Amino acid sequence: MVVASPPVRASLFVTCIIDQIYPEVGESTVNVLKRLGVDLDFPRAQTCCGQPAFNAGFWSDAKPLARRTIDIFQNDRYVVVPSGSCASMVRVFYSELFHDEPPMQNRIASLASRTFELSEFIVDVLGITDLSHFADSNPTESTRKVTYHEGCHLRRELGALTQPRALLNSLPGIELVEMEQSEVCCGFGGTFSVKYPEISGAMLNDKINFASETGADALTACDSSCLMHIGGGIEKRGMPIRPLHLASVIDDQLSGKPSNGS
Amino acid sequence: MEVKTEQFTEAASTALQDEKIQANLLGLYGGFHQARLDASAATHNWEELQERGRAIKAHTIANLDIYLRMAEENVRKAGGNVFFARDSEEATRYVTELATSRGVKTVVKSKSMVSEEMGLNERLEEAGIESVETDLGEYIIQLADEAPFHIIAPAIHKSREDVSELFEEKLNAPRYTSIDDLAQEARRQLREKFIAADMGITGANFIVAETGTLVLVTNEGNGRMCTSMPRIHVAITGMEKVVPSIEDMGIMLRLLIRSATGQRISSYVTAVTGPRKPDDEDGPEEFHLVIVDNGRSRLLADPELREALYCLRCGACLNACPVYRKVGGHSYGWVYPGPIGAIVSPMLTNLSAAKDLPYASSLCGACKEACPVKINLPRMLLYLRHQLAEGANYPEHRTSTTKERLAMKVWRFASSSPFAMSIASKLGRLAQLLLPSDSASSSPIAAWTRHRALPKLASRSFRKRAQGDKS
Repeated sequence: MVVASPPVRASLFVTCIIDQIYPEVGESTVNVLKRLGVDLDFPRAQTCCGQPAFNAGFWSDAKPLARRTIDIFQNDRYVVVPSGSCASMVRVFYSELFHDEPPMQNRIASLASRTFELSEFIVDVLGITDLSHFADSNPTESTRKVTYHEGCHLRRELGALTQPRALLNSLPGIELVEMEQSEVCCGFGGTFSVKYPEISGAMLNDKINFASETGADALTACDSSCLMHIGGGIEKRGMPIRPLHLASVIDDQLSGKPSNGS
Repeated sequence: MEVKTEQFTEAASTALQDEKIQANLLGLYGGFHQARLDASAATHNWEELQERGRAIKAHTIANLDIYLRMAEENVRKAGGNVFFARDSEEATRYVTELATSRGVKTVVKSKSMVSEEMGLNERLEEAGIESVETDLGEYIIQLADEAPFHIIAPAIHKSREDVSELFEEKLNAPRYTSIDDLAQEARRQLREKFIAADMGITGANFIVAETGTLVLVTNEGNGRMCTSMPRIHVAITGMEKVVPSIEDMGIMLRLLIRSATGQRISSYVTAVTGPRKPDDEDGPEEFHLVIVDNGRSRLLADPELREALYCLRCGACLNACPVYRKVGGHSYGWVYPGPIGAIVSPMLTNLSAAKDLPYASSLCGACKEACPVKINLPRMLLYLRHQLAEGANYPEHRTSTTKERLAMKVWRFASSSPFAMSIASKLGRLAQLLLPSDSASSSPIAAWTRHRALPKLASRSFRKRAQGDKS
């Protein structure tokens, strides 16, 4: 086991959706980061990055939440976010949200430079692309077939196309099978999914069909929001494929213990 | 064209239920979209071209008054006329009056989105002038009395069978089964119109300011027929189509064609400078350039929206957009569909009436990724949503309801501290327990459960589970 030394110091921004709906994904994220030797803390005052209000156009409601988040993570630690979308909010959209407040821009730039989505953090900050070195001595024997859905913000705002795939490919017991149109949106888009349920649902059906065609046991992604949407569709249609967050897949494969993570 | 942006939701749901439209939309991603990806991948300096293209547009739009003046001067020098139209009404009146005063009976038209804004065909017909679209796709939708479905492929929603039926009904043609036969039929019909026409009307892909040259990109050669056969040529263009120099035009041309169809160059690229010269063998006796504002100044005046004027109308963002690929072009209710339409249509018509368009996006960013000049479309959609929600710069267009604003305030309070969040989450779990998820009556939940199972709040949040763990 290789541990970076001195340990990289980081704070976990777990995101409201993981905190409230998928706590086990948060736990897997902690397990993985600790296993990789990260000195991790969890600032307890954190809540939501403000993205739902920002995307809906209610910027004055998004601002106080963004401001809190900027305050809470104002130190010299990295900020790890197990969500490409929430990481984008902080890294890309905060400066847009506060475009009329120049004094905020320096603080935002500092936070943005330290904020990474989980797979980016592992590959780009920790410099780890081969996770097999970090597996327990007796990792699981059976092979799990997973397919990967690219979160839109992760791909197009953060530009992280290769990191999640590199990590998946390096995991013992994982076979990555690419689905068609993995880069196409699942149709979630926050309030879009309830404002235009029929359009969103049609996009979702395509996503589930393409995922199913791969014959994978699980569909993984770096965003619990996409997974909530895709997983909800899978459950509704009674399909056999499981939605699993990348953190859960990594945690499972390295520890050899199957989680019930989503 | 009649503005139907208010009907987005109904039109989208009609399109979603139309199996034919859905089948015809399926081809876009593997077709135009993939062709663009292949063409850009095969262009070794693609990124650099994009940067240069964007820089040219940024520079030109920032100095638009100068380049429009230069274009005007050089078109006049070449013997042409220039008319600046404040809105589509002024443009329409100019063209109709010109046609009437010159005794024009028949007009042949090459594709022009601006003329769609104007509803020009109808207006010419009202003046007793026959106006015939000569781009095959436009010809088809003119026969069907429909609006363009796609910026570069206006009849993409129609199958071969649809066109065959249409030709039978409108042209008394036999029931053709091959595309070749259909194209030949259109060709025969159009040939007569070209010969009879007194006036050719075209759009413009670019106006080169330094030479006063109009550049047209087509694949059917109809554009060249319209600019060379009739005795009068009228080009109608949005004011953003000007580029400073021939060199700039070369760069934009490479970006445009690759992004539109994936071709390295279209079958025809026509460059026209003024009317026929004394020693020219053919060409029109008169050349008129109509430069149309029609709301574009509003985009220009708002620094947050100005880059919408960088658009080359290549249609790449439509092909990339998963929402467009479900709802199709007519849902957007005006001339410009897709992501760029969701920005341009509200600003050129009426933002509050078009309030559904900026929200008709999952903000996935596929449009931004596809745009040859890297227009940040999601950023502008967010900005327009902000205007609709809170009306910061356009108070008259705030359309959010009290209920929506209240819901945001409640959500904001619930997220304002871990304590508030835990209270909200307790209430949520209680509601979850009391309300069977499938009979949920409140509309967002009902909307969600139509296609997905409802997620359940965890019995203990991450934060609760981690309590005591000081890590």
